[in-house]
Amino acid sequence: MAGNRFNAFQDHGVGIGLRIPHYEHIFAHQPAVDWFEIISENYMVDGGRPLHMLDRIMERYRVVQHGVSMYFGSAQAPDREHMRRLKTLVQRTKTPWLSDHLCWGSIDGTYSHDLLPLPYTWEAVEKTAARIREVQDFLEIPVAVENVSSYAEFVASEMTEWEFLNEVVDRADCGILLDVNNIYVSSVNHDFAPMDYVNAIPAERVAQIHVAGHTRYEKYILDTHDHPVIDPVWQLYARAIERCGPTPTLLEWDDRIPSFEEVWAEARKAEKYLAPVEPIAEEKQLAGAAR
Amino acid sequence: MNLEDLQRTMGAAVMQPLTVDEEMQPRDITGRWNGRAMAEVAGEFIAPNSRLTSFERLEIYNRQYWFRLQTAFSEDFPALKAVVGAERFESLMNAYLAAHPSRSFTLRNLGSKLLVWLTQNSQYAGRRQALALDVVRVEWACIEAFDNAERAPLGAEEVATVGADSQLALQPYVQLLALQYPADDLVLDMHQHQKRESSEAGTRPESMEEEPYQPLRLRKRATWLAIHRSDLSLYYRRLSRSEYLTLCALRDGQTLPVALEAGFAGSRLAIGMKLNLVRQWFTNWAELGWICRQR
Repeated sequence: MAGNRFNAFQDHGVGIGLRIPHYEHIFAHQPAVDWFEIISENYMVDGGRPLHMLDRIMERYRVVQHGVSMYFGSAQAPDREHMRRLKTLVQRTKTPWLSDHLCWGSIDGTYSHDLLPLPYTWEAVEKTAARIREVQDFLEIPVAVENVSSYAEFVASEMTEWEFLNEVVDRADCGILLDVNNIYVSSVNHDFAPMDYVNAIPAERVAQIHVAGHTRYEKYILDTHDHPVIDPVWQLYARAIERCGPTPTLLEWDDRIPSFEEVWAEARKAEKYLAPVEPIAEEKQLAGAAR
Repeated sequence: MNLEDLQRTMGAAVMQPLTVDEEMQPRDITGRWNGRAMAEVAGEFIAPNSRLTSFERLEIYNRQYWFRLQTAFSEDFPALKAVVGAERFESLMNAYLAAHPSRSFTLRNLGSKLLVWLTQNSQYAGRRQALALDVVRVEWACIEAFDNAERAPLGAEEVATVGADSQLALQPYVQLLALQYPADDLVLDMHQHQKRESSEAGTRPESMEEEPYQPLRLRKRATWLAIHRSDLSLYYRRLSRSEYLTLCALRDGQTLPVALEAGFAGSRLAIGMKLNLVRQWFTNWAELGWICRQR
């Protein structure tokens, strides 16, 4: 697996999200999973079972941290307690890179615990990029930002979501966690062509890719992570790999979690797309420049 | 509107309580928008699409916010739900979450103010307020005991040499409770019921619903309790009043002589009996790893 500076030149292949219902299977059978992604906030505690289980997992597996409450797009200063605890966990896990979402979620000290969408404005670009740089400097490891699924657009937006993402990561000089399921969900909810998004992202900045399932309602799609990945999402994934080259890939399954074997079998479907391919020439040159 | 104001506006809309039908309020009920129609408010910052109005798009986030918090709160306080009943629990939960939205990056701390809030808002607890408060004490203590820090415990040899000058402390994960009811019995009974339900789930026809837990009927009885963990699992240990008071004093940073004085205040036990008790306590505490040095 070819790495880049946004994933610390690591060679992680296919992984899955570490979830409590699978602990027993993992410890008993020690399946050959290349890596696990952990939700940072689940382990930002002072002791007890969560940290003990994490330590046991780390004896055998590589883990990468993925956060859900850094809220890079929140207009106010980050929570110092959160940052301090996050850094303590980073030092424990030695995660080679860390990801969180391109969204906001707290205001005046109150937390929504949701990944709320940002208006795609120049003010949001500046503030979000500044916050990512601050977090990256504080944590001293590469940071990748993930595009979120969204259900609303703002009257104030001045650009497309992918233009916004590109401006933010360029100014923050950070990586991208490209969630191709989120692109698909938002493309249906906001009526754009998902392949335009995949084709527009700076391939040399993609540190990691997420795939997942979702739930379709009559008028919109909800990003529920409780189903297998659908074919149109695999097609976006295939195109992303074509553009970026083999990239660390992670299947998310967070609700109505089936057996470990079922989740792992779903994740391994990514392997057929990951056979080493050269990034297309123009992007290969760009990738070289970025390193 | 700048980014911060936009987020403040959207945050207020997303966190506004839902209607009884779990929909977004048709009109502002917070006073923030002077009771205006929420469709009008939403239209000022959320764009519609061909299938959903601005109101409907904002409503998705409004509902997600409440469903997420309600799920987390219900998972943390199942015994409270059993004691006050499902309907009253729903009102209690929504009123508490409206009064105390999350102020932490983690939902683990969502119920941290429940005890104080329920004490001041007894109408939500119904006729059995004292029991409801005790159950909240037990359920919140379980959350704290589950993942609070563990410091290097004093071993048996070190405990044997403890003297008047020793700077002792209690492990942060040990939670001490003084209850009016033996509420730990109720919580344990509920967990056993849940265990039975889940083991029977595979053998029960799908049409048969899970049997709701009927809480044990408890009589008032002063109960002193420690909730702690051992080998990563939670345990309840009943304490005598003297042991409880001594441990509380040590937890609060008192010296050993002051802690023992607090523990035996008003006691008519002979000095020899007291010494025997203290020896027993320290032996147990050392075995359980409860005592550590002050920082």
